[in-house]
Amino acid sequence: MTDVPVSHVPTDKGRSLWADAWARLKENRAALWSAYYLVFMALLCVFGPWFTPHEFTTIYQDYNRVPPSFSSYPKPEMIDLAVKDAVQRSRVQLAGWEEKDGKIIITITSAKPIDERMTRYIDRSSVFEGTQVVEKSFDSLKLVMSTSVEQQYFFFGTDNSGRDMLTRTLMAGRVSLAIGLLAGLVAVVIGVLYGASAGFIGGKTDEVMMRVVDVLYALPFIFFVIMLVVFFGRNFVLMFLAVGAVLWLDMARIVRGQALSIKRQEYVQAAEALGVNRWGILIRHIVPNLLGPVVIYMTLLVPQVIILESFLSYLGLGVQEPMSSWGVMISQGAKNMPSANWLIAIPSFFLTTTLFALNFIGDGLRDALDPKDR
Amino acid sequence: MLRYVFRRFLTAIPTLFVIVTIAFFLMRVAPGGPFNQEKGLNPVIKANLERVFHLDEPLWRQYLYYLQNLLQGDFGPSYNLPDFTVAELFKAGLPVSLQLGAMALTLALIIGSGLGIWAALRQNQLTDYVVVGVATAGSTIPTFVIAPLFQLFFALTLHWFPVGGWGDGAFINKVGPVLTLMLPQLAIVARLMRGSMIESLHAHHIRTARAMGLSDYSVVIRHALRGALLPIVSYAGPAAAALMTGSVIVETIFQIPGIGRYFVDGALNRDYTLVMGTVVLIAIFTVTFNLIVDILYAVIDPRVRYD
Repeated sequence: MTDVPVSHVPTDKGRSLWADAWARLKENRAALWSAYYLVFMALLCVFGPWFTPHEFTTIYQDYNRVPPSFSSYPKPEMIDLAVKDAVQRSRVQLAGWEEKDGKIIITITSAKPIDERMTRYIDRSSVFEGTQVVEKSFDSLKLVMSTSVEQQYFFFGTDNSGRDMLTRTLMAGRVSLAIGLLAGLVAVVIGVLYGASAGFIGGKTDEVMMRVVDVLYALPFIFFVIMLVVFFGRNFVLMFLAVGAVLWLDMARIVRGQALSIKRQEYVQAAEALGVNRWGILIRHIVPNLLGPVVIYMTLLVPQVIILESFLSYLGLGVQEPMSSWGVMISQGAKNMPSANWLIAIPSFFLTTTLFALNFIGDGLRDALDPKDR
Repeated sequence: MLRYVFRRFLTAIPTLFVIVTIAFFLMRVAPGGPFNQEKGLNPVIKANLERVFHLDEPLWRQYLYYLQNLLQGDFGPSYNLPDFTVAELFKAGLPVSLQLGAMALTLALIIGSGLGIWAALRQNQLTDYVVVGVATAGSTIPTFVIAPLFQLFFALTLHWFPVGGWGDGAFINKVGPVLTLMLPQLAIVARLMRGSMIESLHAHHIRTARAMGLSDYSVVIRHALRGALLPIVSYAGPAAAALMTGSVIVETIFQIPGIGRYFVDGALNRDYTLVMGTVVLIAIFTVTFNLIVDILYAVIDPRVRYD
């Protein structure tokens, strides 16, 4: 036996629950790709806004609701309108404009002498920059200016007020994901603590604690949320702590059920008989067995919270301007739908694919961690 | 059985009482009141209004008033929709919401179960993946995305259905709201059914049934389905209560005169009686449907007995 190569020695080391679950999760391609997608989405939303060419609050007055495009704005046909608009704002007459060597030459006339500072009016338009006076007639009634066109890219188009949709979508993603995680965590912490105490203490305490959960269950949950919004105002961090504080009911039930059944398992009794102390039992046996359902439930809870947040934002109770979330963007998009469909299509796509990915991960984890399936 | 039902009704009363109490006091601790408008009402008028509705009296007395009225079946007047009592609003809106909810639920249960069984019988095949994918999509796309998309596509582009409105309950007006209400429920039912059917098909008595040479139809429909139905039944209870008391989003988007919006509107306007009425209504629905679920359990699962 001694000269059998080492690599052929059968490894009879038992695989831990987590190693096993991980191996099974990797088998599940839908879950794995969803995980990659989610990581990608999270990185995109967290770091993306720093790399986009626009701030999420910047308003481009000349680019209200421009459709998504990979070529730059302004489109050639838009320059004429922009020139006329800018000149009209400065209350002088446009004598004509032409394009020369990539510069726009604008000639204006007026009945009153023209102040040179009126180049500002041209610069103020989001289309032009660096306007200079080229030539001025001796009586100041005619002015020739040269200005260059500022090229802007709006890959996802712009919204109603002329803000870049790409940056806004990513910023909104930050908010939506953060809220999902935050409220999800709060719900899990409260639910686990409450459910585990009820399950472990048992008896009368358990009965009373679960009765409370039953009553809270029968109260319409949206009622709670609206009351919390009323209390906390529209401060979204507080609000989502509150939303998390409402969503713990399911978690508490699940954890309590688990705790009750684990407590009576033979392996726990065996450990007790062997003299393992309470702490050891808790760490070695109870927590790992509790963790599976908790992790699964958490991945399913996060999408619930995101949907809930968008629902509240849809009702106007959620995130307030200038911040945005996917739900807010969708509700705004729905109002402009037939004419500007990208306003609803883009955030809807981001929201649904993220929720989709989260659901697949949850399902994958459930399959991977389910001991019955082994 | 009858005794059990009766006892369950009795235990529902304290639950309802606690719910009413919590809702009442939560509503009242919230800042603001029904007559605090932005413009500011004339103080004399406001004082008069508050006196008429007993709002100037101590809270515990208002609570007793409310309980007393509620026991007599009086939900009180609505503060923000003057000239209407809450009961009148419900009488007008509830049938609408009930109809839509019942239709959506029935369709969701039938189609969802069918899809779930189909997927379970073809586990890990293309059919299964398609059903699971569609079901996941259905349960993740929010209603307020589906509803406008429905309007855009079927109403504005194809002109098959009206964009919204109730049209005195014309069939064509119900299609959109029922479909949007149904879709997420259908998706959840299909997923639940698939999971429980797979588990049920692996059970010992099913293996025995197959070994005895029963036909596929008999095995699946008569034996496996019975066990697989339990999770669906327990899901359908709360879902029925939620659907039949109306959905804010669907009713707002399709402009349906149901009772779904009263809840949100009422809470935001501090229309105390309207919110309380809605809470009581939803609680009654929840309790009733949970009772029905328990009874159905006994019918489906012979191991459950209530004597």
